[in-house]
Amino acid sequence: MSWNTPAELKYMRSDEYLKLEGETATIGISDYAQEQLNDIVFIELPDVGAEFAKGKSFGTVESVKAASDLLMPVGGKVIAVNDKLKDQPELINSSPYGDGWIIKIQVGDAAEANDLMDAAAYAAYCASR
Amino acid sequence: MSYIPHTDVERQQMLSAIGVTTIEDLFDAVPSRYRFPRLNMPPAMSEMEAAQELQALADANEHAADYALFRGAGAYHHYIPAAVNHILLRGEFYTAYTPYQPEMSQGTLQAIFEYQSMLCALTGMDAANASHYDGATSLAEAVTVALEVSRRKRSKIILHPAIHPQYREVVRTYHQGSDLQFVGDTGKSPEKMTAADLIKLIDDQTAMVAVQYPNFFGSIEDFSALVEATHSAGALIVFVVNPMALALFQTPGQLGADIVVGEGQPLGIPLSYGGPYLGFFAVREEYVRKIAGRIVGETIDHDGRRAFVMTLRPREQDIRRDKATSNICTNQGLMALAACVYLSMMGKNGLRRAAEIAYHRAHYAAKQISKVKGYKALTTKPFFNEFVVKCPKPVETINQALIQRGIIGGYDLGKDYPRLKDHMLVAVTEMNSKIEIDTFVDVLKDIGGV
Amino acid sequence: MTVPLIYDIGSPGRMGTTLPDVEVPETELPKELLRKDLDLPEVSELQAVRHFVNLSQLNHAIDTGFYPLGSCTMKYNPKINEDMARLAGYAHLHPLTDEVGSQGALALMVQLQEWLGELSGFQGVSIAPAAGAQGELAGILMIRAYHQSRNDKKRVKILVPDSAHGTNPATVTMAGLQAVELPSDKHGEVDLNALRSALDDTVAGMMITVPSTLGVFDSKIADVIRMVHEAGGLMYMDGANMNALLGIVKPGELGFDVMHYNLHKTFSTPHGGGGPGCGAVGANEKLMPFLPGPIAAITEAANEENDAPLYGLVMPKKSIGRMKAFQGNFGMHVRAYTYMRVYGGEGLREVSRHAVLNANYVRAKLRGVYPMPVDRICGHEFVMSGTVEGAEGIHALDISKRLMDYGIHPPTNYFPLIVHEALLIEPTETEDKATLDMFIDAMKRIAQEAKETPDLLHSAPHTMPVGRVDEVRAAKQLVLCCRPIPEPEGGD
Repeated sequence: MSWNTPAELKYMRSDEYLKLEGETATIGISDYAQEQLNDIVFIELPDVGAEFAKGKSFGTVESVKAASDLLMPVGGKVIAVNDKLKDQPELINSSPYGDGWIIKIQVGDAAEANDLMDAAAYAAYCASR
Repeated sequence: MSYIPHTDVERQQMLSAIGVTTIEDLFDAVPSRYRFPRLNMPPAMSEMEAAQELQALADANEHAADYALFRGAGAYHHYIPAAVNHILLRGEFYTAYTPYQPEMSQGTLQAIFEYQSMLCALTGMDAANASHYDGATSLAEAVTVALEVSRRKRSKIILHPAIHPQYREVVRTYHQGSDLQFVGDTGKSPEKMTAADLIKLIDDQTAMVAVQYPNFFGSIEDFSALVEATHSAGALIVFVVNPMALALFQTPGQLGADIVVGEGQPLGIPLSYGGPYLGFFAVREEYVRKIAGRIVGETIDHDGRRAFVMTLRPREQDIRRDKATSNICTNQGLMALAACVYLSMMGKNGLRRAAEIAYHRAHYAAKQISKVKGYKALTTKPFFNEFVVKCPKPVETINQALIQRGIIGGYDLGKDYPRLKDHMLVAVTEMNSKIEIDTFVDVLKDIGGV
Repeated sequence: MTVPLIYDIGSPGRMGTTLPDVEVPETELPKELLRKDLDLPEVSELQAVRHFVNLSQLNHAIDTGFYPLGSCTMKYNPKINEDMARLAGYAHLHPLTDEVGSQGALALMVQLQEWLGELSGFQGVSIAPAAGAQGELAGILMIRAYHQSRNDKKRVKILVPDSAHGTNPATVTMAGLQAVELPSDKHGEVDLNALRSALDDTVAGMMITVPSTLGVFDSKIADVIRMVHEAGGLMYMDGANMNALLGIVKPGELGFDVMHYNLHKTFSTPHGGGGPGCGAVGANEKLMPFLPGPIAAITEAANEENDAPLYGLVMPKKSIGRMKAFQGNFGMHVRAYTYMRVYGGEGLREVSRHAVLNANYVRAKLRGVYPMPVDRICGHEFVMSGTVEGAEGIHALDISKRLMDYGIHPPTNYFPLIVHEALLIEPTETEDKATLDMFIDAMKRIAQEAKETPDLLHSAPHTMPVGRVDEVRAAKQLVLCCRPIPEPEGGD
């Protein structure tokens, strides 16, 4: 099995990805995660302006048979949420790295991203599960 | 051996298929010193003897089939159409499991869906779940929803003191492990607190305000200002309701409730010394995903036929485990079915009619009682079928006299509200005939005043 | 086959019941407080009866067929139980009846508590909780209250094996404590090394199911209990599998401090399509004062004047409080009492002996047909993998759905979580050998079909009122109510 793991992203063991764009970043869940969850039916999003520390839950994503907390790859303040997901949570299945992004944040401390996996390590990690 | 069908021959065949000689061999893994303990219990009894013993115990109780019952206080004696019990005794319903396998459980699932629909109609809310254990635990679960809605940032819960005292106890039992502040019902004279007093307690830490409609004393209070104040503080307002009253009175939905809970027992469920009953739970649409318990939704099967299935399952304990907000994994399935059949049989017109009969008879009873010297029905506020009577003697004394005349009197409020010593809570339903009411009044006259 | 909704078969003005006259002078209704409309069905009695009987026939039930549903104990529900619960003296007894007027009910409750205590080796029993999950919550709140009463407030963790029912960790969270998951070893038993390293002075206790959720009696249970006790923790037994233990071993004697019973499993009160239940709680002397109340008890012993004692309701000294209004699901107490009375003590021992016999028989017959991750003598249930060698792409779910076509309810799927493609099978003692053989035969045939005609499994069931349902649609396009919600009216 192989999953799409874009090289420019960093990944958590809990399958969230982080796309650093200077002082802001985009967060979503990986291709592997969306496939494991299967048809996503609901997502709970945080409020814009909410702040979360690294590793804290900022929302949940649900399929018919599973629910999963969404964790912050790095600490920060939410500056945008993908409102489209409220009506079309399936965008996460069809385009986890594109239209299925979940939140954008103002990054607190970019150094917190240092312990995240790079694409190669994450791909190997997925293959091992 | 009662319900064990095995013959000696079959037992032997089974043991040899397993490859052991005796049934005892199957228990080698149990530490030998604890294995096969002595049981200090009586021997088996035939079905006939057991039935006789249970009948004798049943006969030792003073119950509503033998006595005229004027007691309510959270459990009410209403007429249950005969067909309700016949449906409940269908083995296909009562010996079925939770409908996890929808293809084999469409009967249970559709009945729950219809129950949910009727509860929405009755309460004026958008969605109802498949039920909780009883009215009290529904209220305890409502607290959790309110906390979740506040994202666990608020911790103050305001309870109107005229909510059933046992419900308020249960709420505290459920939440003793969390740092919540329960206020509103803790003062020296809780029976005097009003909705206006509760408004003063609302602040930005308040997650929820709960009221009862009609309240524990039977009165219908005006909650409009309280609802408004609760909402402007960003908290949820929860109504604990008697579903029979909703056949007549404005729905909590109309009155602004965010969550409606209550005891479904009046809807076709016998008194049964306190259970099993039916906790109903209905909410506005935006809170559907926050509620615990079973919920049935409509969908289609792979051929496009209408089908029903338990939905929003990832909220539940078997999937979310330690992140679930409740551990509940049953509903009161058969009791929800009872309510569903009852509401179908009574229907739009029957339920209203039964409620009107109870209303008229209760008002008649209150007037007649107030005519007796020394007694006064405290009915300044509108009420449905229950009211407080101030008595000239201890309630216990009056009830002892009533029972001699075949009447189970009202509930002694002094047990829960020390300042309401010598106050009796009287309930009247369509089951109390005029003759019963008149006899009740006659006994009060005979007992006399001070 | 579908049945129309009850709302779709009525006609305006129709009513399914008759009511008496008002009889008394009428009092004017307070118009400004009344609702405008009440959107309930309008059907005749016959329409309603036919509707619900037709619905009932869409169900599988114990009364219609075999139900080998692991961890659920779908045994026969004796009819006498239903008759007894409906005796007027029970069914029409008000919950707030004075003690003098409820002596029969209280005596029954006291006796039931005593029997439950005797079967489990516990000194105190409360039958107040409404269901197994509520019994669990009571038990964990009791453990919490015990440590709090000793001012030992740092104990906030409850250890829970990864094989546990979901209710266990959910209960711990609900009680305001922290669930710590313990890995199982390769036999599905508690990993003692993992346990040892988890134990410290922040552990309040441990919850464990006996026999385990894999259906086996954990051979190290005595060590587990000793280790937790030595660390100052208390032991909670999840009594879901009590049907394997009656007269076999008493949890209290093994060293457990508290447990819950599921009267709807072990003691034959009906499942009712998902409830009601009754989740009694048993406790040893240490935890007895914390039991939920009220508890039926003898308040005045029999004496020369009265040959019967006086029964009453009491709250234990340090009780965690009330779990529900009134005194428990009394209707369930009557049913369980009746069941225990008919069996007697030795009969109940036979219940567990035959439950275990039946499970082992089915297990022995299915060995070699399906993989058995724990291949040894089992308790009242056993787990296997719902996979067939040479039939890749067949899952436990496919086998389950295909079983329906044979008229059998599927076993529990995908639980316990630690077994791949788990199918948990519990026949119960009330099934005869012919029924078990019929099930074994169906399972063998399905294994064959999995290899030869796998599509037959993938598209199963073929004989049910509906086929596989679209759960994604149900969750995304929520339809929870068939009636339109009326716009709020004014108060006029």
